[in-house]
Amino acid sequence: MSPVVFWIFVGIMLVFGGMVVINRSPVASALSLVVSFLALAALFVSLDAFFIGVIEILIYAGAVMVLFLFIIMLLDLKAEQRHRPNLLILCGGTIVLVLFVKVLSQVCYSFEGGNAKFPTLAPDAQGDVWHLGMTLFKQYNLPLQVVGTLILVASVGVVILSKRELK
Amino acid sequence: MITLNDYLIASGLLFTIGFAGVLLRRNIIIIFMALELMLNAANLSLVGFSRFNVKNGLPDLDGQIFVFFIITVAAAEVAVGLAIIVALYRAKQTTHVEDINSLKF
Repeated sequence: MSPVVFWIFVGIMLVFGGMVVINRSPVASALSLVVSFLALAALFVSLDAFFIGVIEILIYAGAVMVLFLFIIMLLDLKAEQRHRPNLLILCGGTIVLVLFVKVLSQVCYSFEGGNAKFPTLAPDAQGDVWHLGMTLFKQYNLPLQVVGTLILVASVGVVILSKRELK
Repeated sequence: MITLNDYLIASGLLFTIGFAGVLLRRNIIIIFMALELMLNAANLSLVGFSRFNVKNGLPDLDGQIFVFFIITVAAAEVAVGLAIIVALYRAKQTTHVEDINSLKF
């Protein structure tokens, strides 16, 4: 991927990520989050992680964001009224963010492996889904089962949480 | 030329935006979306490290498997979290975090 395209996608991701935080209306925030995730999926594809890019779009931009929009519509949330910002939280938050960005840039610039160019990949006939699947089912079979159980427990938990009265 | 540092900086900035959302917004659903942004920033740096650590002509797939598990757990987390938000809204009729202060000292 050429640097221009890369920075365009990074720009889209960050601008729409910022819109999630800035927008007053929750629906606009959720839609900005979808666009941000689409640009992020493009960055995954630029890293030759095609499978991760696809499930990013299917699960995040698809399933998770539909769930968010559904809940926003269900609760019928209106755009927030402008209220007096809590000055203490604003100052504290800004200080923490500035310090965080400072530490982050220090770490990135002192990290020597960070200037590596893209290493070339061997041309393979199977593609990245095949390799990922083999690793997942051979080396990480037990974690895969555990995660499956976690999803089962989560879906049972959601049903119980959504009952009107617990018995 | 794009280097690993560019991906790390992009991921760090995305994490910062999510962090800002969690600290500065008061609507619990927006806070939840900002949490998702932070999770995805971590995913970006994991995939970046995996691509730049090539073994036998293949990217280090452990990083991508990690991202796969993060996405799965995040999907479960969103389902449970939104169910909790709906239950909270039923009990308190609000999604504003400052109105939910029963545990505040």
